[in-house]
Amino acid sequence: MNELLQTGVPDFSNWSCPLPLVGYPTIVMGHGGGGKLGNELVEHLFLPAFRNPALENLGDAALLDVQAGKIAMSTDSFVVQPLFFPGGNIGELAVNGTVNDLAVSGAVPRFLSASFILEEGFPLAQLAAIVESMAKAAATAGVKIVTGDTKVVERGHGDGCYINTAGIGLVREGIQVGPHRAHAGDAVLVSGTIGDHGMAIMSVREGLEFESQIRSDCAALNGMIGVVLNVARGAVHAMRDPTRGGLASTLNEIAQSSQVGVVIDEASLPVRTQVQSACELLGLDPVYVANEGKAVFFVAAEAADVVLAVLRAHPLGREAARIGQVTAEHKGMLVARTAMGSNRVIPTQIGEQLPRIC
Amino acid sequence: MKYLTEFRNGEIARAMAREIHSVATRPWKIMEVCGGQTHSIIRNGIDQMLPVGIEMIHGPGCPVCVTPLELIDKALAIAAQPGVIFCSFGDMLRVPGTEQDLFQVKGAGGDVRVVYSPLDAVELAANNPDREVVFFGVGFETTAPANAMSVHLAKRRGLKNFSVLVSHVLVPPAIEAILQSPGNQVQGFLLAGHVCSVMGYWEYPPIAEKYGIPLVVTGFEPLDLLDGIRRAVIQLEAGRHEVENAYSRVVTFEGNRAAQKLLSEVFEVSDRAWRGIGVIPKSGWKLSEAYRAFDAEERFEISGIHTEESALCRAGDVLRGAIKPAECAAFGKECTPRHPLGATMVSSEGACAAYFNYGRYLSAEDLASAGSALTGAAHE
Repeated sequence: MNELLQTGVPDFSNWSCPLPLVGYPTIVMGHGGGGKLGNELVEHLFLPAFRNPALENLGDAALLDVQAGKIAMSTDSFVVQPLFFPGGNIGELAVNGTVNDLAVSGAVPRFLSASFILEEGFPLAQLAAIVESMAKAAATAGVKIVTGDTKVVERGHGDGCYINTAGIGLVREGIQVGPHRAHAGDAVLVSGTIGDHGMAIMSVREGLEFESQIRSDCAALNGMIGVVLNVARGAVHAMRDPTRGGLASTLNEIAQSSQVGVVIDEASLPVRTQVQSACELLGLDPVYVANEGKAVFFVAAEAADVVLAVLRAHPLGREAARIGQVTAEHKGMLVARTAMGSNRVIPTQIGEQLPRIC
Repeated sequence: MKYLTEFRNGEIARAMAREIHSVATRPWKIMEVCGGQTHSIIRNGIDQMLPVGIEMIHGPGCPVCVTPLELIDKALAIAAQPGVIFCSFGDMLRVPGTEQDLFQVKGAGGDVRVVYSPLDAVELAANNPDREVVFFGVGFETTAPANAMSVHLAKRRGLKNFSVLVSHVLVPPAIEAILQSPGNQVQGFLLAGHVCSVMGYWEYPPIAEKYGIPLVVTGFEPLDLLDGIRRAVIQLEAGRHEVENAYSRVVTFEGNRAAQKLLSEVFEVSDRAWRGIGVIPKSGWKLSEAYRAFDAEERFEISGIHTEESALCRAGDVLRGAIKPAECAAFGKECTPRHPLGATMVSSEGACAAYFNYGRYLSAEDLASAGSALTGAAHE
């Protein structure tokens, strides 16, 4: 798996599948039928990979012990193509995506569900690779996969493998964060370079070759966010992971929810040179490109330096930067100060960014 | 990033703007021809850095915007045919035809694919011999060489299932059409740098001479644009009318001779309709006799197309530089990037989209008070 994650090129030549294949190296309709084939998938693949007491019961629902308090719940579906990309795969993405949604809500992620929609003919070796990296990602994030489901669709009716995860987290006591809580005067911080995931996917999908490979930033952010909240719980007003639609969509959402204006300094945005080059080539703007391992923080101005230092001390936040601030003016709008010293509005994108003709 | 960051240096930009302030004694109207330049001017706020009297007029150089509605409708009809793989550059997909756009055709089952190079479409044709692969070859002289090369290669490889829907337009005839129009106010031009990287700028001295106007070959980064404007203003103030090259790191007088040779082999000059402007004589290219077999318009006989432009849309006036986007009554109301009435609101190079996206219809005071209205419109 390590060489896979490093190169992004799936190589299953040395893969030994943990399944007794019963003559099927690929997914067949019977794997979703609730019969023996489906059970084998659970017993020989999912259970060994995700093993934990709540899952082992294999009941209709996982029974979970949680202490009193508020829980957070989130769900997300993953349909990324290609399934394996530089820096990760759909399995890691499915775990980290839901973990991050819980973490930016101020919760400690604890339990996940995992549902697979598999296309007839999908290689079991690839499924096993995806499941193994989900198990690793869950272990890294400190969450347990406690329930799941598998369905199989006929060949041509799916894209190999779709995954849905739902997650439950325990909301930290005394935490008050939310997209509606940004205040005028808050500093805006981002935990690292923007646009890495989207450009990694696009460069593989479109066969674009650049001098050095762009890797997805796919990562679980709950550890880093936990450290920030331990140090500056009261000062953090809003957090978001800027996934689809990129940084611009996230900042616009918070500006609208909080009815404040957000001003960012374009020159301060951390963007990798390869990502910037790829964006220039395609006529895209990195502020709209997806991230899968970054968080945006709206923090009280007096705590900004401390939070920035805490972020930079964390392995996932080394390139964190203070990128802007919140203002009482132009409510609901994101405005960028350009390197020229002029201002421009950065609106929410309508749909996907479209590569330009020339 | 070499050749990029050094041309986005704010301090040098402000120094160049100060120089323009010091040389300009009168108002001047200068047109940037290319949509990429319009986008960069608005994105970077270059126009805000200029003296009050120096007005940038946004020209018709957005290929997406000037592609005729009839051709868009033809593209939609071809793309909807079973067995066709219809390939296009990304920003053509959302351009509204009379009734729908390519995204809707795709949603209804048409095989519409975004490609980054027409040569990818040639490969698709080679790999799918039982399908008809059609490439939507739009653009100015900039994209023409790659489009020409795709046809050239398809012919050499004997591919019978590849064709192009061509709508190529040319800059020099458009400049002359603008200069000859009765209400013309343009006093100088920034020539499109990437068009000139292909064509050189040998075509322009006769235009400078005939109309007595300065033309400056200009790039796309903030410092390129400011240098182009600076040179144009200096010429105008001195009463000179020459062709200058402010983009010499890319453009030579002769241009790319190999590309020009290929272009003259694959294409021949033809009259061309420009969306919002009308027919400009000898302002486009069509496939030459030797390559006519690759013309999608001949291969797919599409008839019964009745185009209908929005009655509200004033894209034509915008493309001629007669009005600024925000002066159109539909701007930001009936017409937004979400529901564009005309192509200038669709393409990121279109002047209307640039004004809308960067909030350039708001004054500084409006920015403060009307913020919610803007975001409301963007989200409608």
